[in-house]
Amino acid sequence: MKELKKYIFPVIFLILIGLSYLFDIAAGEKIGLNFWMFFKEMIMFLPLMFVLIGLFDVWVPREKIEKHIGRESGWKGTGLVILLATLQAGPLYGAFPFAYILWKKGCSIRNVFIYLGAFSTIKIPMLTFEIGFLGLKFSLLRTMITLPVYILIGYLIEWHLKDKGFEVKQP
Amino acid sequence: MKLLSIFTAVCLIASLIANPQKTWIGIKKGLATFLKLLPALISVLALVSLVLFLLPEETLVKYMGEGSGIKGWIIAALFGSVALIPGFIAYPLCGILVKTGVAYSVIAVFITTLMMTGFLTLPVEARFFGWKVSVIRNLVSLAAALLIGLVMGFLL
Repeated sequence: MKELKKYIFPVIFLILIGLSYLFDIAAGEKIGLNFWMFFKEMIMFLPLMFVLIGLFDVWVPREKIEKHIGRESGWKGTGLVILLATLQAGPLYGAFPFAYILWKKGCSIRNVFIYLGAFSTIKIPMLTFEIGFLGLKFSLLRTMITLPVYILIGYLIEWHLKDKGFEVKQP
Repeated sequence: MKLLSIFTAVCLIASLIANPQKTWIGIKKGLATFLKLLPALISVLALVSLVLFLLPEETLVKYMGEGSGIKGWIIAALFGSVALIPGFIAYPLCGILVKTGVAYSVIAVFITTLMMTGFLTLPVEARFFGWKVSVIRNLVSLAAALLIGLVMGFLL
């Protein structure tokens, strides 16, 4: 029953969009078009991402992750998660499941949030786009200023959550 | 996108050769999580498309273009936090904003909030981190975006 309840809103939404197309309601059609754009973006890359996460889960041993980006990993660990994040692409919600698997394998809280920060703000594939539209100076400055800021956020959140039994849940 | 597909394919093939059984377990695990998350994701995307309809690009350009000083910052931060615009649309939009005379610091706030905070995606984020931590992360990121804008304003 609870499983079914989750589908109520999406189903109502899709029915309304369908009706808009049937009766030529411009507003509904525009919303439908927006939805299609987002849905396409999501469905093209998330399943791939989850397959990778599944493979990561069965292949990468916990000790490896713990050693390289775990609690005691220091600056090298931070550098590693940033490198990992900047090479990826896609919207932020795609990073949450990966953050979960990293945490499950022993990544420190600090590095989980640094990963999210790096994933959202500094992606190499997107940087070329940014330089094209906003210029090299703006893009480099923004990247360089943002970098220490979210490392700081990682430390802050870890400090805040220390000894609180925080865990990243499986959705 | 192409890169991700190729990368996934290579990993899959390597994994299948090394250990088919383990590979299937991994794929099943990954896709099961995806299917569990899908209804929440669709709901969020539906909400986002509704908001984007109510606040089309022209409106964004108009309001951020008018906003000078503090007002421009607040509008940029608000729009950026709520909207979820993919990069390939956001950057051209910012290019337009610059041409209409919007300050670089305001653009920096807009872009940073756009990418780091997502108040509409909170229901999805909360599934992983819980509501409290998700809200904290978003609020801290919002403050960080304003700080980044401030520094950018000084430097540019």
